[in-house]
Amino acid sequence: MDILYLLVPLSVVLVFLIGAVLWLALHGGQFDDLESPALRVLADDDGAEKPGRGV
Amino acid sequence: MNSRCFHCGEPVPAAARYRVDVGGRWEPVCCAGCEAVASAILGRGLGAYYRLRDAPAGAPQPDSGELELWDDPAVQGAFVRRHETSCEALLLIEGMRCPACAWLGERAIAACPGVHAVSVNYATHTATLRWDSDRVRLSELLRAVREIGYRASPFDSSRASAVGRAERRAALARICVAGLGSMQVMMYAVPAYLAGEGEMAVDIASLMRWASLALTLPVVAYSAWPFFSGAWRDLRAARLGMDVPVALGIAVAFGASVAATFRGAGAVYFDSVAMFVFLLLVGRYFEILARQRAAGALRHLGRLVPEFASRLRDFPRSLEPERVAVAQLRAGEVVLVRPGETFPADGVVEQGAGAASEALVSGEARPVAKSPGSTVVAGSGNLANPLFVRVTRVGPDTVLSSIVRLAERAAAEKPRLIRLADRTATWFIASVIGLAAIAGYFWGAAEPARAIPTVVAVLVATCPCALSLSAPIALTVAVGEFARGGIVVAKGHAVEMLARADDVVFDKTGTLTHGELALKDVAVHSDVPRERCLQIAAALEAASEHPIGRALAGESGGLRADEIHCRPGSGVEARVDGVRYRIGALAFAAGLRPGPTRREDPPEDTVVWLGAESGLLASFRLGDELRGEAREALAALRDLGVHVHLLSGDRESAVREAARRLDLGTVEAGAGPERKQQYVASLQRRGRVVAMVGDGINDAPVLAQADVSLAMGGGARLAQLRADAVIVSQDLRELPRAIAHARRTLKIVGQNIAWAFVYNVLVLPLALAGALTPWAAALGMSASSLVVALNALRLERAPRRGPGASPARLART
Repeated sequence: MDILYLLVPLSVVLVFLIGAVLWLALHGGQFDDLESPALRVLADDDGAEKPGRGV
Repeated sequence: MNSRCFHCGEPVPAAARYRVDVGGRWEPVCCAGCEAVASAILGRGLGAYYRLRDAPAGAPQPDSGELELWDDPAVQGAFVRRHETSCEALLLIEGMRCPACAWLGERAIAACPGVHAVSVNYATHTATLRWDSDRVRLSELLRAVREIGYRASPFDSSRASAVGRAERRAALARICVAGLGSMQVMMYAVPAYLAGEGEMAVDIASLMRWASLALTLPVVAYSAWPFFSGAWRDLRAARLGMDVPVALGIAVAFGASVAATFRGAGAVYFDSVAMFVFLLLVGRYFEILARQRAAGALRHLGRLVPEFASRLRDFPRSLEPERVAVAQLRAGEVVLVRPGETFPADGVVEQGAGAASEALVSGEARPVAKSPGSTVVAGSGNLANPLFVRVTRVGPDTVLSSIVRLAERAAAEKPRLIRLADRTATWFIASVIGLAAIAGYFWGAAEPARAIPTVVAVLVATCPCALSLSAPIALTVAVGEFARGGIVVAKGHAVEMLARADDVVFDKTGTLTHGELALKDVAVHSDVPRERCLQIAAALEAASEHPIGRALAGESGGLRADEIHCRPGSGVEARVDGVRYRIGALAFAAGLRPGPTRREDPPEDTVVWLGAESGLLASFRLGDELRGEAREALAALRDLGVHVHLLSGDRESAVREAARRLDLGTVEAGAGPERKQQYVASLQRRGRVVAMVGDGINDAPVLAQADVSLAMGGGARLAQLRADAVIVSQDLRELPRAIAHARRTLKIVGQNIAWAFVYNVLVLPLALAGALTPWAAALGMSASSLVVALNALRLERAPRRGPGASPARLART
């Protein structure tokens, strides 16, 4: 069970690391707009739509 | 009248002949503006927008035609940050209706050469833009946005949107910390719960405690900070808010756990604390989101001031104006405001005499005379003559800005329902803290080891969070849903009163009708074809600012008029393709060919005649057209069991005609503002709850008399703010939807309050008896809050309502 002395502090460090990554993502604006990026994925191929053939 | 505009979804007028080519199919559009925008969108290969959107586009935004001014570095000033090779600016984009609009705007800008990066944020209606100033000018980028039907203008980023973003980010960061912390602390707590007495080695148990402490510390110190500061604020103001027992519970549980960790013995409640904080924060986040969405919609309403002004540097000596951005104006400078323009700032008239329309600001519909020395207000319109105005107040100091702020405050005010829940909660909290103290005292005497868990359990389990959250969450979700449908709620009680409304009273002009003249009918009096007459009329009226002219200025088919002479009170004379034409009153139009003219009976509608030297060519009948969706909206209201009334100051015959076409029984014509007010008051005396829909100017008194008032968004824009809610989308069908939605909201608030009350009554004896561990208490309380929050969020997940969806059906679900 001695491994716990390594693993438990390691898990604490890991949580702090994940927290830091989330923090960076948050302040980089990743969560500012949760609606329009969904559409960006749906229609991302620039060349596929020829003029006049939209719908 | 059956077909709807492919672009904006409005009914296509029978007289319109506009079409766009959509992949070989010709789809109808309602006006030249929509035609231009739709062709621009399709021509750029962005037709996918029409598939992606979930709301029809707004009417195209007018072009001020002065975008080039933004290229001047002096004008760009505070708006554009310059780097070595690129410029950066924040644009405010107006007219976005759904996330697909953000997608479209982004594509249109990105397609311009020289754009390094662009990202449109739908949540804040802004775009961040970085471009190469050597390769493309800012005005070209702004024009690209206008061509696809939105209005973009550089935006000073230090303003409101930054505040909202910081608030959202901070709330998310707190949730992240609390969420991660609670998940991991739970892991450390599980062994202690599973292990029997003495099964766990003492040092392992201690290790788990210390690890839990390390992870709970940021949760308590950072994530739970709003609860502590809120509790402190309440206590200083000698109030008992919901934060007080929450903060007390967290502090007691955390303090006891820390003490136990240092002692190396005793129970710890880190997991309960972290989970409690996390779940509470999630509930609050929903509240922030809903509130910001409602506030953002209001902010856009206030943007009435023009972008540019004509400044006169050395006023009395030189009258040569220079165009500058309104943001550059300073108090003391003199500006020239031409007729038809909007005053850019508050000021005093220096020279010139004329009249201004201050309906936007004061609600006064009649023009106000202006002469040297009189004050003018930003946002009002100059009607008659050029005026030289010395600026006294600019930007946020103007009367206009203060009115907008007033509206924002009104939006933040607490409706009666919430105040009631808060009062009940205060009383409840006082008893909970008292009971916790008593329980702590007795358990401390009888069984000291169980005193702290019991106190924590009582504080946490019976916290009336669910009670306090029940009404606000449901109401804010409802307000957000309203905004999505195009109704901005300006006063808190609007949702509640809409749900209770038994009678809806409509004004006619500007509410059931468009409020402006539109072409109804064309009669041809010679062998010149109808289309040709329309084109000539459009060419003649192309430059006109008169309401009649605007109704006729449409597609001129490439015809251009020159030698244009305006005869005030009569009409316009000009030359098209070498032929002289006159358009206007019958006598004037017939004047080109002297001789006897036909006599017409005075008709109900305005008739405009087109004449040439060969005689009269055509007559155009103009009228205030009923809104296409009015009939459908009224039918939906009746389905909801609401009585519909029509009150109008208009002539009897016009009102009867409208009522006949709308199947309306309860009608009163020729009613002045006072009579309207009496009418509503008499309904109220019979115990009815009355909702009034008007255009917001001359019906301000009756709007105030009604229990809840709504204004159409296109009317006098600031006067709307006197109404409790504004139908920004100008779609009357939103009204029955809103009423159905408000009823559902009220039902859900009732369910929530009942649930919160029953839960607290049941759990209190258990907690007092010491039968609840702190984690069970935290789980129970959080679960009860989440049930309330999720129940409220059901409102948001109501089926997305297509144009044909029946509100009555929605109300029953």
